[in-house]
Amino acid sequence: MPINEYKPLIVAFCCNWCSYAGADLAGNNRANYPCDVKIIRVPCSCRVNPMFILKAFQRGADGVILCGCHPGDCHYTSGNYFTRRRMAVLFSLLDFFGIERERTRVEWISAAEGAKFAATMNEFTKTVAALGENRRLEDLRCKK
Amino acid sequence: MQRIGVFVCWCGSNIAGTVDVQAVSDALKNEPGVVFSTDYQYMCSKTGQDLIQDAIKAHDLTGVVICSCSPRMHEATFRKTVAAAGLNPYMLEVANIREQCSWVHKDIKTGTQKAIVLARAAIAKVHLNAPLTPGETPVTKRALVIGGGIAGIQAALDIAEAGFPVDIVEKKPTIGGKMAQLDKTFPTLDCAACILTPKMVDAAQNENIRIFSYSEIAGISGFVGNFSVQIKRKARFVNEDLCTGCGACVEKCPMKKVPNEFNLGMDNRSAVYIPFAQAVPKVAVIDPDACNMLKNGKCGLCAKVCTAGAIDYKQRDEYIDEKYGAVVVATGFEPISLQKFDEYAYNSSKDVITSLEFERLTNAAGPTAGKLLRPSDGKHPEKIVFVQCVGSRCDGCSEKGKPYCSKICCMYTAKHAMLTRDKYPDTEVYVFYIDVRTPGKNFDEFYRRAVEEYGVHYIKGAVGKVTPENGKLLVQASDLIDNKQLLIDADLVVLAAAIEPDKSARPLATQLTASMDTNDFFTEAHPKLRPVESPTAGVFLAGACKGPKDIPETVSEASAAAAKVIGLLVKNKLTGNPCVASVDALLCSGCSACQNVCPYGAITYEEKEFRMPDGVKMRRAASVNPAVCQGCGCCTVACPSGAADLLGFTNRQIMAEVDAICR
Repeated sequence: MPINEYKPLIVAFCCNWCSYAGADLAGNNRANYPCDVKIIRVPCSCRVNPMFILKAFQRGADGVILCGCHPGDCHYTSGNYFTRRRMAVLFSLLDFFGIERERTRVEWISAAEGAKFAATMNEFTKTVAALGENRRLEDLRCKK
Repeated sequence: MQRIGVFVCWCGSNIAGTVDVQAVSDALKNEPGVVFSTDYQYMCSKTGQDLIQDAIKAHDLTGVVICSCSPRMHEATFRKTVAAAGLNPYMLEVANIREQCSWVHKDIKTGTQKAIVLARAAIAKVHLNAPLTPGETPVTKRALVIGGGIAGIQAALDIAEAGFPVDIVEKKPTIGGKMAQLDKTFPTLDCAACILTPKMVDAAQNENIRIFSYSEIAGISGFVGNFSVQIKRKARFVNEDLCTGCGACVEKCPMKKVPNEFNLGMDNRSAVYIPFAQAVPKVAVIDPDACNMLKNGKCGLCAKVCTAGAIDYKQRDEYIDEKYGAVVVATGFEPISLQKFDEYAYNSSKDVITSLEFERLTNAAGPTAGKLLRPSDGKHPEKIVFVQCVGSRCDGCSEKGKPYCSKICCMYTAKHAMLTRDKYPDTEVYVFYIDVRTPGKNFDEFYRRAVEEYGVHYIKGAVGKVTPENGKLLVQASDLIDNKQLLIDADLVVLAAAIEPDKSARPLATQLTASMDTNDFFTEAHPKLRPVESPTAGVFLAGACKGPKDIPETVSEASAAAAKVIGLLVKNKLTGNPCVASVDALLCSGCSACQNVCPYGAITYEEKEFRMPDGVKMRRAASVNPAVCQGCGCCTVACPSGAADLLGFTNRQIMAEVDAICR
């Protein structure tokens, strides 16, 4: 990695049952990914209010990724279906704002997919780093 | 303002290796609300826990943040620790600086920075934590065992012995599973039927056990202690209570050309049949796809000869609703289909068989009455080639085989080779292997006996092609140790097919909301410390449904799962999860958005009184039943007025975490 590459700030929302466990498995297997990724645990991906994602961007996050169980495998039966629909709406709003599409993402990662978790985070971080700083949604008043 | 204590764990060198724990603990001292911050080698140890408890008392802490391993690992441990020191267990947050920091980042500087950020997020959250008290729910004292193989039978027997009623649901007409099809079992060469059938009879006679054979799970809802299950009893067209299992119908049935599943299609059965002599329940079943009477109304012979009057052509599928406190999944395995393995000529030659077919061929109750005869011409084979790892350990061919080791094949192939040489010493036996894996009590001794005492030719190498030619099978193979190509004219080729989870497992996992790995094996709550529990509370796992395994392992897992079930069923009440949704009635507009998305039907609407400036008014407002709510939080996002929130994961708490991370 070049020394002066932009280090993005990435917020990852992970559901407790699949993706958070998948992140733990990535740890167990010592699968490296950039430390720019900071994980917030939620019971289910459907707990993530689109407000949280907007808030993260407002506070200066460069990318937000939302991870849940695979469709059909939700611990709460149907939560991730709601996530999928809500995020579709949010993403079209972000498109309207002119936020690069690649800054937000929904991924389905199961508890057994530690390798996928690490690979996704590596790839996502790289994509966001290439986009550089998030200036459009960042609230400059939040800057120190 | 909270008084927060921060405890940074080294986890030996697991965390301290890539995170400067001292620096983390020092940096957090200046966070708002933090009155105490320290680090220690092992926070989960007795000394570590004492340290936490002493600090809570000495510094009058109201909130605790532990920077350690994943909360999935030790959150419960630390909740007990803080509760013992008089703090509400939900005033604790765990910052995961092991699995999600020290183990995945190599650089100490960035690792330390990330640990500090994660801890700050946890501190920000604890500031907004409120004491929570879990509710209690009653436990239905009845267990459900899905699958009636040796795992299911053993689990049911153990639960029933402890005095709890158990139901076994088995999709086949008889219990017994794969073990009933086996001949001998390694490494002791016990006869499988001799050790299994008494257990089947025990299960049938135990007054605490009900067996629903030829039945499937139609639906499951509910949660630990309170599962509601619908069982579909498929129509067998024979009244189970009246049938005596005499077999007169089987004898008289004119439709005798139906491939016999129990013997893997190597012989035929009649349209009305009893799967095998020791079947439990020993009740006939009519195959609706083969029976002339059911297909076109012509025949009816079985009804005429049945003296018990048990035949009932009008029987329909029946649905039974039952409540259970715990579920044991024991759905087992099946060998993979070898359709795609053309190189072994499995499709083109009758004399290329799978190991399970070989098992039936050598079984005294099998299609040849135990004589080892070639399926094609009924002659005795003089040269047999066994091929190991057919579809197992197949990394580059995932669409064809499986990446994992099927674990049992090395041992059963050694058994087959040994038994063949024992019964027919003139038969030459070759085994082609990648590795011979024999970890288990008396396993390696057993394999060495096959080689040394019984003179089985073990050859390290792969079989490239099997070509049927003039009644023989030409086996082209390589010998990796002698570094040469071999050509063997075999009479019989036996393929050790990989094993995979039963097809019914995937839809079942979806219904149970239990998680599975990429190979469709059930995953454990913890692979080492909670090996028979599913991450879904109240669902337990036994046997090959969670990975290939042999009979002793399956039986011990079944008993372990039973012990867990008994431990659950002896409780009269279960403490629930207090992290449930709650609705602020003052903000609620009564729109029903939350009710519509709730997967559990936990939200109801009530007319409530509200004091308004112009007097008391009645208005519709949502209310959550905490015993039914599972805490997914879907309603909190659906609520347009922000009235619904999830305790333990409130909007403010998550926003505070986002803030802390982005600071």
